[in-house]
Amino acid sequence: MTIKRLDINQPETFSFSKKDNELIDKIIKNYPKDRKQSAVVPSLYIAQKRAGGWLPEKAISKVAEILEMPKMRVLEIATFYSMFNLKPTGDHFIQVCGTTPCWLRGSDKIKKACVELVGKEGEVSSESISWLEVECLGACVNAPAVQVNEDYYEDLNYENMIDLINNIKKKKAIKVGSQIGRVSSEPINTGKQNA
Amino acid sequence: MLRKEDRIFSNLYGFESPNLADAKKRGDWSNTRDILQKDRDQIIQELTKSGLRGRGGAGFPTATKWTFMPKEPTGKNHYLVVNADESEPGTCKDRDIIRNEPHKLLEGCIIACKAMGANICYIYIRGEFYNERISLETALNEAYENGLVGKNACNSGEDIEIYIHHGAGAYICGEETALLESLEGKKGMPRLKPPFPATAGLYGCPTTVNNVESIAVVPTILRRGADWFSSLGRERNTGTKIFCISGHVNNPCNVEEEMGIPLKDLIEKHAGGVRGGWDNLLAVIPGGSSVPMLPKDICDTVLMDFDSLKAVNSGLGTAAVIVMDKSTDLIKAISRISYFYKHESCGQCTPCREGTTWLWEMMEKMANGSARVDEIDTLLDLTKRIEGHCICALGDAAAWPVQGLIRHFRSYMEERLISTKNKILVEQ
Repeated sequence: MTIKRLDINQPETFSFSKKDNELIDKIIKNYPKDRKQSAVVPSLYIAQKRAGGWLPEKAISKVAEILEMPKMRVLEIATFYSMFNLKPTGDHFIQVCGTTPCWLRGSDKIKKACVELVGKEGEVSSESISWLEVECLGACVNAPAVQVNEDYYEDLNYENMIDLINNIKKKKAIKVGSQIGRVSSEPINTGKQNA
Repeated sequence: MLRKEDRIFSNLYGFESPNLADAKKRGDWSNTRDILQKDRDQIIQELTKSGLRGRGGAGFPTATKWTFMPKEPTGKNHYLVVNADESEPGTCKDRDIIRNEPHKLLEGCIIACKAMGANICYIYIRGEFYNERISLETALNEAYENGLVGKNACNSGEDIEIYIHHGAGAYICGEETALLESLEGKKGMPRLKPPFPATAGLYGCPTTVNNVESIAVVPTILRRGADWFSSLGRERNTGTKIFCISGHVNNPCNVEEEMGIPLKDLIEKHAGGVRGGWDNLLAVIPGGSSVPMLPKDICDTVLMDFDSLKAVNSGLGTAAVIVMDKSTDLIKAISRISYFYKHESCGQCTPCREGTTWLWEMMEKMANGSARVDEIDTLLDLTKRIEGHCICALGDAAAWPVQGLIRHFRSYMEERLISTKNKILVEQ
């Protein structure tokens, strides 16, 4: 269990874009007519993206209004699921996996690189980058791994993590996935020719 | 070693495109209509004969699970829910199926729906797998456009809808009833059973929850025949399985292999061996973080299947092999797993909510050497007070890794505690 609370500093307003609303309407249709509530997690996800990576109280209220749910029920969801951030994150939000399979392959060094180049865990840097240690990302044979916003970066070590953060700072495009040339989860150097 | 032609997931690594045209070349959707024309019992019978056991961790026979669904329509929707909330530490096999072989999964969903009499299927994918979800959505759109899914799926006369739903980061939603709660838009807190989902599951309707891999292998089994599948592996532990080999090996990887392959062969033939050689091995967690670890002498000979691992007080779980060499601080490694369970406990049952926090705190004391030797027994006692006292298996899963550590490495722990005490005494 973790304890999460609403941030003290809240924005004045929150609104969905037209496209967001269309998307939410489309998602609601995936469930039986009287089961709108099922769309709460996907809707909060869209709200979080719209608000810049975190959920202000107004966004939670807005979702409650659309899905005709008590606001408290939606807040409960926002605090229960770890992907919902109730405090602001950087534009580039680095989630570092620290669970045992990544830890065995050196996730401590990945955290060290983050401390050195981004700063304290959970704080947004002047370049709008923040990082957080999270639980298993499910990329264990490509450990250690991090997730930056939606994308996974895998097979990391201290050196290529430093490069990764520097490239984020320089706004340089980075290849998603393995940083040592693997296609996905195959043993290294087995490439396409041996498939 | 499994022959190349016996592999089910020929595009496991994504060397080819996951799209429909390429999937068809690999044999997907080739005679789905014929399979759907069979009646329910025929499909279930064939699957029973194949001996397929659930690939999500518990190893319950898949076909038997399907028979729990009502035989006749009840006037309500009947649901198949596919559990793609893969978050067991060490496990990353479903991710590869979803991104590289999505059509195997979708075809499996249609066939499974037919066999259990379900008309709607939800695939619940973990929120972190954003790109994987996009791949799956692309595949689903292709399937709808080509009439493989939806009204009159594959021209069979069956109406089966598939929807993709995503979570937002909660390990507990991998537990089937917590997953259903989450899908209903609530906190993912497991339900008391009975009623079992087959009686009252999603929205109170008959529901079956299956793992991604269990569903994705079904089309190939039915196409190649139960005899082919059951000729692989050992009795009661048949077929192939995707193993995820992580940790201290030279080439960590996912690989599809025959059930019952010796652990040593699996690591040496596919993962390039243990770092520093087999003799440098300290311990292996053979089935994802929830199962007890095995010391090297058991690893020398143990076979990788449900019954063999159960016989050595561990389990196949999700077949996620986490290898630890002699450089590993074992106590710290297990303590990190304890932290994981503390973080992921949903907080519903007191023994788990309070117990996982205690476990982690005591494990940290064990790791830094500040605990007393007799506290190892207190720790063991604590695990027994969590195990079996909660609604779901998360409490058990938190207890087992610690029990495994104490069972096989008690002297290792005692040594740590005594040497730390001595060091403090010398310094004083």
